[in-house]
Amino acid sequence: MNNPKQGMTLIVKTVTRVTVWLIVLYGIYLILHGHLTPGGGFGGGVILALAFLNIMLAYGRETTQKWLNIKFLEDIEAVSATLFLFMGLLGIALGGHFLINFLPKGSPHSLLSAGNIPILNVLIGVKVAMSLFLVVWVLAGLHEEEGGQS
Amino acid sequence: MPVETWLTFILGFMILGSIIALEIRDILSSIVAIGVVGLGVSVAFLFLQAPDLAIVQFLFEIFALIILVRAFVKKDYHIETPARVNGFIVAISLLVLIAVFVSSVSVFKLLPPFGQPLFETSRHYVTHGTQETGAVNLVTAIILDYRAYDTLGEVTVLFTAILGTITILRIRKGKDAGRKGT
Repeated sequence: MNNPKQGMTLIVKTVTRVTVWLIVLYGIYLILHGHLTPGGGFGGGVILALAFLNIMLAYGRETTQKWLNIKFLEDIEAVSATLFLFMGLLGIALGGHFLINFLPKGSPHSLLSAGNIPILNVLIGVKVAMSLFLVVWVLAGLHEEEGGQS
Repeated sequence: MPVETWLTFILGFMILGSIIALEIRDILSSIVAIGVVGLGVSVAFLFLQAPDLAIVQFLFEIFALIILVRAFVKKDYHIETPARVNGFIVAISLLVLIAVFVSSVSVFKLLPPFGQPLFETSRHYVTHGTQETGAVNLVTAIILDYRAYDTLGEVTVLFTAILGTITILRIRKGKDAGRKGT
């Protein structure tokens, strides 16, 4: 699993192994509490993408490819975008308008409140995380291929 | 001190950063100077009491910095061409800029005070937002309830961007493989 020739030094790898979970946890916290505290799906999604990026920078490209199924990430991205549209169509069916907030509002300041806003937040968070990571992944791959050829 | 004073400081800081980014020779220092500009925007959002935007701006600055450093630092992408400065044109542009600024000073006095007036729509959001959507964070209430259609457009833009990137780069990969095969 640990190819010492790839990625950065052992110090960076060890630190990454501990801190990346904290970064992921913070991203999930920001996404889930998007309707209560500052942050929301977009910010949390960028943090998740940066966590993946952290793994990629520290461990190198090939090791990351063994851990993460890139095709699966592309599928998750497309599915979350489609589900967002589906929530909008569900709003037409249940509430009469596109993307209407059709779920019960609940009491303010509690985690399960604000109808379908948390659901949309989670969808946006996953979508942003996957697309930003994939953009960097594809671009970095091109960069390394060119470097290898020359 | 009022917010405007702080904002003026931050704005000056950002202008300084962008000038340094343009003028400095070393490309790593130039990228760091661009990062200073983004950090200034983030701090400005904090002073304007918009923590949501400050978080997103800060994170995107880190993201852009990683991409720029990874893409540009190792390679010699930048080719230094000697800058040809036409002193006459620079002097005329500076004179025009100063003239526009001086002639618009009287307009600045007519501007309403900072942060006013509050539009009727914004007032409705502030007073009724939490009741109508159930979300305590008003920014989220606006972008995912009142203006959810805009957010759908934003999701579509991101989706199209990643689709275009992957498609173009795959075509390139296929071409390279074909060239190797022949």
